[in-house]
This record gives sequence, structure tokens and C-alpha cells, in this order.
Amino acid sequence: MTTFVELLVNGISIGAVYALIALGFVIIFKATEVVNFAHASLLLAGGYLVARLWPLVGFWAALLIGVAAAALVAAAIEFLVIRRANVASHSVLAIVTIGVDIVITTELTRQIGTDVLAMGDPWGSQVVQFGGVTLAETRIVALVTAAALITAFLLAFKYTGWGVAMRAAAEDAETAALMGVRLGRVSMSAWAVAGGLAAVAALFLCVFPTPGLDRSTSLVALKAFPAAILGGLDSTTGALVGGLIIGVTESMMSGYQNDMAFLGRGIGDVAPFLVMLVILLIRPAGLFGTKELARV
Amino acid sequence: MADLAVSDLVVGYGPVRALRGVSMRVPSGSIVAVLGANGAGKSTLLRAISGTLRFHRGSCQGAVTLGDQRLTGLDAASVVGRGVVQVPEGRRVFARMTVDENLRAGGLGRSRRAYAKAHEQVVDLFPVLKERARQRAGLLSGGEQQMLAIGRALMAGPTTLLLDEPTLGLAPLMAARITETIKEINSLGTSVLLVEQNVAMALSLASHAYVLEVGEVALEGTAAELRASDEVRRRYLGVADAVEGTLETRTLSRWS
Repeated sequence: MTTFVELLVNGISIGAVYALIALGFVIIFKATEVVNFAHASLLLAGGYLVARLWPLVGFWAALLIGVAAAALVAAAIEFLVIRRANVASHSVLAIVTIGVDIVITTELTRQIGTDVLAMGDPWGSQVVQFGGVTLAETRIVALVTAAALITAFLLAFKYTGWGVAMRAAAEDAETAALMGVRLGRVSMSAWAVAGGLAAVAALFLCVFPTPGLDRSTSLVALKAFPAAILGGLDSTTGALVGGLIIGVTESMMSGYQNDMAFLGRGIGDVAPFLVMLVILLIRPAGLFGTKELARV
Repeated sequence: MADLAVSDLVVGYGPVRALRGVSMRVPSGSIVAVLGANGAGKSTLLRAISGTLRFHRGSCQGAVTLGDQRLTGLDAASVVGRGVVQVPEGRRVFARMTVDENLRAGGLGRSRRAYAKAHEQVVDLFPVLKERARQRAGLLSGGEQQMLAIGRALMAGPTTLLLDEPTLGLAPLMAARITETIKEINSLGTSVLLVEQNVAMALSLASHAYVLEVGEVALEGTAAELRASDEVRRRYLGVADAVEGTLETRTLSRWS
């Protein structure tokens, strides 16, 4: 039972981090109808800067710079690539983002080399005991931070002028433009927010119990893709639920893999994608997605 | 306040010419109607004015000016900023957002005071929008959606309102209601460019009208002149001239 609770809380915590990534993915899709395959590289860029800068400027300043830089890189991708590309179809832009991803990731993995970079976070490997249940402090901080950020985002999405503009542009870009919504600003801010969220996620993907940031971190980030897709690419609620499903699934499958030896080792890494496949078989648009996604 | 003028406008979608040298003028404070059948280029004209041609991969030559400011080449948001706001054809309310959020989307970027004033004006004009403030716009009836679409455009505080077939698909009573409202909006000082297929209604509102035919201005004149013109009577008002006696009948040889 204790193991179960530990796995569940850890799963929810890592799921909340996946939800941060998936949320950015969904915002970009809603605002620009582009499936952003460069998301993992944004995350890596943010995380890399935090890891490199904390010995120089301290952890909190490094985190701030990392988040800002990831937001800036994302905004730059929007401004320099997405906005200029005068292509007929958004699927072409999705492929363009694969190219961007390869460029950024290649450069960063070259910089990282074989190192495993510590994130310099103040929580280290401390653990907290709740009546027999042992939890890492980092997991609790991750859960609280992710929940706070997601709440802040959803409130802004619902109540601020920025949120209204975003939703209007997502629903009907031409009409939004007719009402004076500046689509360029909307899509650039969507990219920037997504980049910032990815950088925060990078931090929590690389702290204890993970040894640190290394060249494979962007692969870990890929698990947020099934989260976004199974929730429905155009649904913020979907991103949250999807993130949690993936996080808990992964945590449970890894935790109990000895009891399921017939499935082989490493099932935890595969499980998110299996869950995604099963859900898409039943609901092709994802759990909360709009049915007619391909409307042009 | 300034006159909206279109001069020698040529619009193409790729190889297709949709407008071929159209010129017209909307004097400040007036209602001007643009009439024409489907495909005459009415919506294209509005797109060219409001800067949304690029959504349809169209390009234009010629000029659209508001007073001495050139609107051609500006993006849609900047055109709205200059006070020229379009109510799109088919209402196009943001169905997944509430009525109030729709109005907000129309008045983004305005100061709190200007917004509150515009909001008051709009709910004064359409009390139903206040009653349904928290309902999703997609759940409104067609007429209510049209009111919302007009109200949303008014939130931007336009000096010139472009209306694309505002009574399309509405019940006669509701259409009459919208017609009254357009008159009222105009009486408050907003110029109106009204695109319509409902010629009788348009000519009852407008002081001046243009008839578009395959991308060109075929006829223009005051509403009274056009109402009296045989051509308009025959083609758009459905009035057969009694003198001719017989209705025009054509035998389709293939079937006879």
C-alpha cells in the first residue's frame, strides 16, 4: 500500500510536469495550428542554460534566465520561421519544426557532450516522510509549482484580454483579425509562454531522482507528446489530464515492473505510448479534442 | 470623421480577377449600399477594405482611403484601429466563448473607460445581449447571433461600419429589427457600408447605392434613382413591367 501511494504521488508529480510541456504544445497548436516538434529542443535549451549558469549567478537567477531564454528562443522561432513561411498547409510547418528541433538539439548535445549536468537546485536529494510514505522534496516542489503555473495560466486564459484574444484567434483567426486582434502578437506570445513552461519542466525533469541534465533529456521530454495527443491536441484540459495519465502510468509500470516480468524491463518507458495508442483507437480526436481538427 | 473612398480597386485570387477597377465613396455619416448577385465581388470588396484578403490568398491594386489616410496595405487590426470595422458575413460569432467574452474580443485594446461606454451603448441597443451575457454564443438564435456580431463590431468604436449581408437567413421579423438597428447606429453618427442581396431592404436604408456585376460597378446612383430604374426593378426587385404584358419565357430546345 505504501509503495502504491508513493508511486501514485510520484506519478502525479511527474505527470504535472508532463502537463506543463503538453500545455505549451497545445497553446502553440491552438494559436498557430502548428504541431511543434521543436518543443523538446526548447526544453533542452532552457534546462541547459539553468545548468550552466547556476554556478555563476546562483540557482534562482539561473532559473529566471533559463525560462526567459527559452521563451525568447520560442518567440524567435515563431517570428523568424513560422511567420515568414508562406506555405499552404500547416503540416508543412510541422515538418519545418522538426528541422528546427534537429538544429537546436544537435548543437546543445554537442555542448553537453557526455556530461551529466547538475541543476543546482536547493532541494537536492532530501526526502520527506508522511506516515511511512517517503517522498522526494523535488517531487513535491514539482507538483506544487506545476499546479500553480497551470492554475495561473488557466485563469489568464479565461479572464485576461490576452486570453480572450488567444481564444478568439484560436476559434476563428480571420474574424479575430476583423475585430482588431493582432494575430502576430497572439501567436508570438503563445510560443513564448510555451517556451517558458518548457524550461520550468526541464528543471523538474532533471532534478533528483534523475541524476541531472544530459543529452538524453530531450528524449524524456518526448513523453509529453502522447500526453498532448491523447488529451486532444486543441484542449488545455486534455493536456492536463493527458499529462497526469502518462505520469501515473509511467510511474506505476516502472514501480511494478518486477511483478510484470513477462512484459520485459523498461515497460515504463513504453507504456505512455501504448496508452496513447489505445485511447486514440477509441477516441481518434483524443479525450477532450474537437472532432473536426482537420478543418481548413 | 472622414469619407471612405475606394478608387480603381483591382483584386485577384491567383489568376482569377474578382474586382476589375471598382471605385466608390462612402461619405461620412451616410449609408451606402452595395448590391449584386452571388459572385459579383461584394465580399471581396469588403475584404480589400478590411485588410483580410491575405486570409484568402488574394492581392489588390488600387487604393482604399479613409480621409487622407491610406488603408490599403495595412493589416486587419490596423484598419480596425483606424475606425473601419467589418461585421462578417454569416455572423461568425465565437461560438465557444460567452456573449460577454465575444463583446470583449471586439473591444480589446481600448481603455477601460472607452470600453465601459461602448459596452453600455451596445447592451442599450441590444438588451438581449445583457440577459444572455454568460451564455455561450453558439447557443443564441440566428438573429441574436447577428445582434452579437454587430454589437461586437461596435465595441471597437467604429466610425465606419462594414456590414456583409446582415439579414441573410433571418426570419422576416428579425430582419426588420436588424434593419431598424442599422438605421439607429447610423443616426448616432457611424457611416455604414451595407452589402446586401436583399435589394428592397438595402434601398430603403441607403442614400446611395452601387450595383456590382462580375467585378465591376454596373450601376450607381441615389437609392431613389435605383429604385426607379427598370433594370434594378426587373433584376433585383422582381417587379415585372406591366407594359411588356408577358413574362419573358424561354423554351429550352433540348427539352421541348
